[in-house]
Formats: sequence, C-alpha cells, structure tokens
Amino acid sequence: MTETEAEPETAATTANGEPRGTLLSSVQMARFVARGALRLDAVVPDGMNAEALGVLADGMEHVPYGTPLSQAYREGSFVQRLLELPQVAGALRSLVGPEPAVDHHAVHIREPHGGEAQPLHADSIIDVRPDAFDVQLMYYPQEVTLEMGGTLSVPGSHLRRTNETDTGRYQNLRGQDRLVCPAGTVVFLHHGLWHGGRRNDSETVRYMYKIRFAPRVRQRLLWDTTDLHDPRVNSELDVQFPWYEQAAGRLERYNRVLLWRELTGDSTFDLTHPWVTRVTNRPTATAPGSAPVRSEEDAA
Amino acid sequence: MTTLDSTTAAATPVLRQRVLVLYLDNSALDSRVIGWSRYDGTGRSSPTAGDSDEPPYETGVAALLDGWRLIQASQLIPPYPGGEYDVSFLKHEFVFEQLVDIGAAHGAPAATG
Repeated sequence: MTETEAEPETAATTANGEPRGTLLSSVQMARFVARGALRLDAVVPDGMNAEALGVLADGMEHVPYGTPLSQAYREGSFVQRLLELPQVAGALRSLVGPEPAVDHHAVHIREPHGGEAQPLHADSIIDVRPDAFDVQLMYYPQEVTLEMGGTLSVPGSHLRRTNETDTGRYQNLRGQDRLVCPAGTVVFLHHGLWHGGRRNDSETVRYMYKIRFAPRVRQRLLWDTTDLHDPRVNSELDVQFPWYEQAAGRLERYNRVLLWRELTGDSTFDLTHPWVTRVTNRPTATAPGSAPVRSEEDAA
Repeated sequence: MTTLDSTTAAATPVLRQRVLVLYLDNSALDSRVIGWSRYDGTGRSSPTAGDSDEPPYETGVAALLDGWRLIQASQLIPPYPGGEYDVSFLKHEFVFEQLVDIGAAHGAPAATG
C-alpha cells in the first residue's frame, strides 16, 4: 500500500491499518516509569487461555532477532490473536510504538515440585539507555497461586545499573512482588527490572510465555496524552518503594524524572521536590551592578 | 598412648555456619531492614529467592540481640565521578553468622555464636 492509498483512520485502526488498541493513559505510563512494570489482569479470554496450554506445550517456532512484529507470527496464529487483543495491543503500542521488533520469545515451563528459584536478575546484559527501553511481555494462561512459584519481581528496580545475575545474593526485598494472578494475565516489564522465576511447590505445571520487544521508533508521547498534566502523573512518579534506601530513593526519583523528560520531550519537567532542577541550577547571568568576571586569559 | 573416651567424643562440637545477610536503610546498624538473605550450612533448610515477604528482623541490631554475630559490613565508598546520581546495588549490606552444633544429641541444633 502506498501513502496515497492509506486507509481512513478509524476508532479501531490507525491510518496504516494497524490495530490501535486501548492506549495507556499518561497516569499509567507514569506508573510504568516508576515501577518498571504494567500488569493487565485477566485480559485474555478463557477460550484462548485453554487453547494456550496446548500451544505452549507444543513449543513455538523460532522468530529471528529483529523481525518486525507484523512479520513474526502467522495470520490467525495464537500469538497474533493474543497481540491483537485491544488492551495488549494498546499497551504495547504505548510502550514501544507501532511495529516493534521481536527480540526473542520463549515458553517457560515449571514442573510440579521441580527446579530451583532463579537468582534475581535482569535479562540480557546491563542496558543503561537513557532514552529508550525494551519491554518483555509475560503471559500467564493459568491462574497462578503463590505455591506455583509465579514470577518474583522488584517494583522500581529497572533503573538500577546492575548486570544480569549479579543481584543473585538478594533473596527477598521489602515490597517485592510474588506474582499471584488470575488466568489470562499479561504483564509488561521494562528490560531492566529485577525478576526471577520462583520454585514451583505445587502439583501443577506452570506455563508462562514471554516475548521481548524492541522499539523501532523514538519512544515519545506514544500513549493517550490527554491526561498529560493530571496531578496523578506527578504522584505516580514520586512513589517510594519499601526496599529503597532513603538516600537512593531520592536518586530513583531523579532518574525517573530524566526518563519522563525523554518520553515527553519536556526538558523542564520535575517533581514537587525539584530533584533534577535543583542540582542542575548553574546560572550564567551576571548580577546587576557586579563587576564583570575576568578570566585568567584576560588577566595575562 | 591415650584415646578419647566416648564421653569426650560426644562433647566435641560439630560446628556449621549459618549466614544471614541484611540490607539496611542506611549505614547505621540500627536502621531498618529492607532486604534479607539466608544460607544454611547445616543443610537443614534451603532458603531461596522470593521465599518470604517479611524480614526476620526489623533492624540489624535486632539480629545482634538474637545472637547473630556481625562478621562484615559494607564500606562507605564515595560515588564514582560522573556517577553521583546513578543507582545500582544496595549499599548497606551487613553479614552475620551463627555457629550451629549439628552434633547435638537431642532436640534442635544448638546455636553457639
């Protein structure tokens, strides 16, 4: 299709005919920036969840790194239908934009009373991009109980500069999230979030399907921005998690502000406590009536 | 030549180490616990990632009061130039130990340290 043949934009599709889905609000995006995760409970219908158990048990075809999403999965396939669900499509588009690349995907299976808990880790390698991020979709087709060893994750850990399993010494942190969720839950994680599969102490095989997506456009104002100046944006970005040291918790806010500035293009944004503004205040104007400053070169 | 009689042999402790790592809110040992890990050299328990939501003690000092011995504390290291605003590992790590006599004849193992 050429540009001149573009379809008219509708409520369900963009001008390029892509599913728009239910975009995230600014408050939801701010929550993701602070927490590094977005959880959508029971967004996948029961029929698809039942189908998923067979699909995941059979395994998935390999998708080469970097495949654009529209080319990664066959028309009508389970995964394509999963990703077209309005809330899933909208969240994905809000986070990484249209037509992201598939980095990789994998089916995770935890046998009953099998395996050990994974050490707390961030996937891949240390990744400190200040103006871009990948997301990992995690889909749980079954109800996950505490005994089934759902994914452990640590809210607000995604901006920590650590490499992969170097955090393995940390077994438990206050406010950690031991996932317990209804069937059909989808969670999106920022690539840097500390997480790990927990030991399955139940009698049930646990399935989880993961896809990592990389953006192919600049991640700026990709969500529904009509509430961009809602005061709850500020309060979401200002949240303190129980495992933060007091001092580091302030630095977390500083780093969230920088990320929010990148995502919005607003280089002056700050929180009520102006963590970034305060420490970057270096005036260059000369005070009225004061003598001009002479450099060493002028004096020589 | 002398030999140990059975009474002496039974009294010889067989010591194993239990390790407790506490992460605290600041560099003070009496500050709040924000993270914790346990390792058990007796083999009688197998602590692991994500096995509890409540810390074993509220502060580092509370662990001392319960008989744990502090064997290491994090140094206070200035931030690397240019990295003053970076966040990374937890800074205030305190490592404790208990020595447990696994040769105790009756009941639960006796902590000696």
